[in-house]
Amino acid sequence: MNTPKELRYSEEHEWVRVEGDKVRIGITDFAQSELGDIVFVELPEVGTEITANEPFGSVESVKTVSELYAPISGKVVEVNEELNDKPEFVNESPYEKAWMIVVEPSDLSEVDNLLTAEQYEAMINEN
Amino acid sequence: MTQLKRTPLFSVYAEYGAKTIDFGGWELPVQFSSIKEEHEAVRTRAGLFDVSHMGEIEVKGKESLAFLQKVMTNDVAKLTDGRAQYSLMCYENGGTVDDLLIYKKADDHYLLVVNAANTDKDFDWLKEHLFGDVEVTNISEQIAQLALQGPLAEKVLQKLTETDLSEIKFFGFKDDVDLQGVKALVSRTGYTGEDGFEIYCRAEDAVTLWHAILEAGKEEGVLPCGLGARDTLRFEATLPLYGQELSKDITPLEAGLGFAVKTNKEVDFIGKEVLKKQKEEGTLRKLVGIEMIDKGIPRHGYQVFAGEEEIGFVTTGTQSPTLKKNIGLALIKTEFASLDTEVYVEVRGKRLKAKVVATPFYKRAK
Repeated sequence: MNTPKELRYSEEHEWVRVEGDKVRIGITDFAQSELGDIVFVELPEVGTEITANEPFGSVESVKTVSELYAPISGKVVEVNEELNDKPEFVNESPYEKAWMIVVEPSDLSEVDNLLTAEQYEAMINEN
Repeated sequence: MTQLKRTPLFSVYAEYGAKTIDFGGWELPVQFSSIKEEHEAVRTRAGLFDVSHMGEIEVKGKESLAFLQKVMTNDVAKLTDGRAQYSLMCYENGGTVDDLLIYKKADDHYLLVVNAANTDKDFDWLKEHLFGDVEVTNISEQIAQLALQGPLAEKVLQKLTETDLSEIKFFGFKDDVDLQGVKALVSRTGYTGEDGFEIYCRAEDAVTLWHAILEAGKEEGVLPCGLGARDTLRFEATLPLYGQELSKDITPLEAGLGFAVKTNKEVDFIGKEVLKKQKEEGTLRKLVGIEMIDKGIPRHGYQVFAGEEEIGFVTTGTQSPTLKKNIGLALIKTEFASLDTEVYVEVRGKRLKAKVVATPFYKRAK
């Protein structure tokens, strides 16, 4: 399982990459592997306010629907529209091509509450 | 937590990278490689499924036929030795106890193959209605079932036996076929919409047979397949799944299975009165195919609307791996069931536009 060291993680299997005063969000390699073939990604529109630990969208595999939980509160400033036509990017490239949204956090220090790569790995290995 | 039941093939799952899930109390593989890949393997080559969780019930005795005629909606008298028949068992009110296959081995010997989660319920139901010189035995634990499905299934399985498999016609079977030393009942049936076989053997032979078939099918690209692909395959072919398209609250006629309900047979089978009336007068609800027009995927249990009126619910839905369309089966009020009728599916609080389309979604080229 790939868990890049420079990212932070939520218990709901989202990753967060800090880019200046913004953060980029997607789902982890572990999450995509558990879900199987992703066939549909539903994301919020630019401008939407999202709240930490609340759903902001969903991903659907052939078999099931899973909600996406915001790892951090803030305003959506960019959405990866490419996932509309290429939901399989989530399986192929969860940390690069399949980033989902970019958020302007209401409080960037919320990132510090998220798991480190080591902590996230420990969590998934426990289950 | 109660211990999940396992099939005799449980020990091989890990070797093939299976992810397992709890399916009606059974720990079964949902996928080995990927649902899409497994689905495609069955549509274009062949796939091997462990379906040992299915229940097998033996019916023996001189009055077997009379008994089966009483509990089955189909006309069991039409069944000849070496043939299988799809049938249902219904309650007095027409609701469905289960759907199943009946194999006729001899006048006094039938084998019923029922849904895993319903095995105990079915067995009790049969015992409750038993009469005359008939004995029913639940032999599920002694029997393993493998399904080899896909256009290359015959070619692959033929490598394991001297028996000419081309002689087994659709819905026919042969008992005691020697598959590289394993004795099996080989039946040309399936749950995928493709040609293929369902193979019944002794539980202790299952692992040997599993490996033998995958080895024989290496060249043809046979993949081990899980329940995920089994579900998408049967769904595209519009084969019902008990608990979704059928239930105690859904009659076979509502589910479009009139071909297996013979209300003209003389015997007053259980449920006949209601089903006969439904056949003559039509049903208030009907199972239809729907295709999403708006972006979204219909899923089991989602409500369906026409305008503001709730008209029914989705029984199964997914993105069809073969057709790449977001489609579903829905049980809706008959007045909205004609083709191209616009309906709305409620997906996470949003009503998304869809239309009624023809089924089956997929039919193999002959």
